[in-house]
Amino acid sequence: MKRTEDIDELKALARGLRTDILTMIHTAGTGHPGGSLSAVEILAALYFAKMDHSPTRKPEEVRDKFVLSKGHGAPALYAVLANCGYFPKEELARLRKFDSFLSGHPYAPSTPGVEITTGSLGQGLSQANGLALAAQLNGHDSYVYCLLGDGETQEGQVWEAAMTAAHYRLGKLIAFLDNNELQIDGWVKDVMNIEPIGKKWESFGWHVQEIDGHDFPQILAAIDKAKTVTDKPSLIWCHTVKGKGVSFMERLAKWHGTAPNADELKKALAEVNANG
Amino acid sequence: MVEMLAPRDFYGKTLVELGKTNKDIVVLDCDLSGSTRTSLFAKAYPDRFFNMGVAEQDMIGTAAGLAAGGKIPFASTFAMFASGRAWEQIRQSVAYPRANVKVVASHGGITVGPDGPSHQAGEDIAIMRAIPDMTVIVPADAYETAAAVRAVVEYRGPVYLRLPRDKFPVVYKEGKTFEIGKATLLRKGNEVTFITCGLMTETALRAAAELETEGVSAGVVDMPTIKPLDVSAVILAAQESGAIVTAEEHTVIGGLGSAIAETIGESRPVPVVRVGIPDTYFSSGSPEELLEACGLTTVGLKEAALRAVTLKKHPVRVRE
Repeated sequence: MKRTEDIDELKALARGLRTDILTMIHTAGTGHPGGSLSAVEILAALYFAKMDHSPTRKPEEVRDKFVLSKGHGAPALYAVLANCGYFPKEELARLRKFDSFLSGHPYAPSTPGVEITTGSLGQGLSQANGLALAAQLNGHDSYVYCLLGDGETQEGQVWEAAMTAAHYRLGKLIAFLDNNELQIDGWVKDVMNIEPIGKKWESFGWHVQEIDGHDFPQILAAIDKAKTVTDKPSLIWCHTVKGKGVSFMERLAKWHGTAPNADELKKALAEVNANG
Repeated sequence: MVEMLAPRDFYGKTLVELGKTNKDIVVLDCDLSGSTRTSLFAKAYPDRFFNMGVAEQDMIGTAAGLAAGGKIPFASTFAMFASGRAWEQIRQSVAYPRANVKVVASHGGITVGPDGPSHQAGEDIAIMRAIPDMTVIVPADAYETAAAVRAVVEYRGPVYLRLPRDKFPVVYKEGKTFEIGKATLLRKGNEVTFITCGLMTETALRAAAELETEGVSAGVVDMPTIKPLDVSAVILAAQESGAIVTAEEHTVIGGLGSAIAETIGESRPVPVVRVGIPDTYFSSGSPEELLEACGLTTVGLKEAALRAVTLKKHPVRVRE
């Protein structure tokens, strides 16, 4: 399993993840490219650099855990897990198939490396809190990471969970907000404005950092900084681009849940791998 | 005088007892710990108790996360909010991944009374039973509650355990054992059998005793596990008495009565008369008034039994 904090290496790994994401969604003929592509750098920084994890570790062993609360970003999670060796990469071609263990949205019991089952928006952060509380009770020195979508924060449960994390001072909980500004029906600000989103999290008692969610040095530094905050949960507010890396997908709600056809895949992969 | 005990008291006490040796047990509540009796656990083991405030969805999600972290979470609030407000969290975060979460809902059924229909949970068994992999338990009394709590700790998987608010007459004795999915034949009868859960088990025993003095042989089967249902006990009751009356403090749609009717219809068709909350909302009132309005009384159950016996002889429903 590749571990690196070298920025060029991380960028190369991110290109590989984008290639895998686009290819698997094309092969499946269904899936969510936009919100998977916007989360690539966050996931790469976690799984290749910052998270304490390993596919060979037994389930009961202490390790950091990750919750993909925006479960439709499953292709990005599956790509990073396959690249880390949790399961063979060939399995990615079986995304969303009838008897595959790569369900449309993450399903913990079937997929190696998936800790928490998600897909219905708004339910991941509560579960991340539960994992953090369990780790605390067990005296484990481990972190729980959670990735939220921006449209997802329209769900009330997210704010119930935000209160809980602050109330129980979950200093080892670090959440990311993938703020790609789009949701299925259009721009988040038009569908149901979530602003001022940073102030909301701050007022709920969280430590908030605002960064470019595609910039590796910023992501790595923000994770390091978040770890120094021990008396409250941390939110890393990531400005991202939906469909990042593929010009004809970027900033278009249409690519939330549409699979690229063969031509589109070819163009997309050429762009992704030229942008190195 | 029959002993009157509150199942929720026994829930709270049993949790404290089990929590002493089983350090994996954690308890969550939504600002109702005094009412659900999880306050007993909170007092005994404050580090393992989490008050989640008035936020049922978050409570269930947090419980699912604790279970994923190796804990055995008991999540408690009123049945209305546990089953209704957090239904989708139970479906998605608990049952679908088979998280080891025990949802223990107190204040189930219509005997919540004066609080009114907003708090009278009459649909919870139906909506919990519809969820794959969910185990649904409604104990008959306080002793069966204590035994059921012990059993669900040993069982690995999602459970919905429903308790009432009030003190009710006990059916069993202290030390009663409990096996998930197993019914208890309390009384044999060859003309009709009551299959019941919760408070109605005791009511059915009284109805059966009165029926006997009136020349009708009625059996009683306590069916605390509504899912998975003890199918062989249901078929046996149908075979031996040829008519079934179900009684539950729950809507007649989708609960114990439906589960029994489905099973009997597909295996050993005999008349099934369901007694429960009719398909309507009532009002505030005393538990006794509301039970009577639903026919969930000795008199109501006896009438239902006679109707079932009549149906057996004349397989067209006789209207009163």
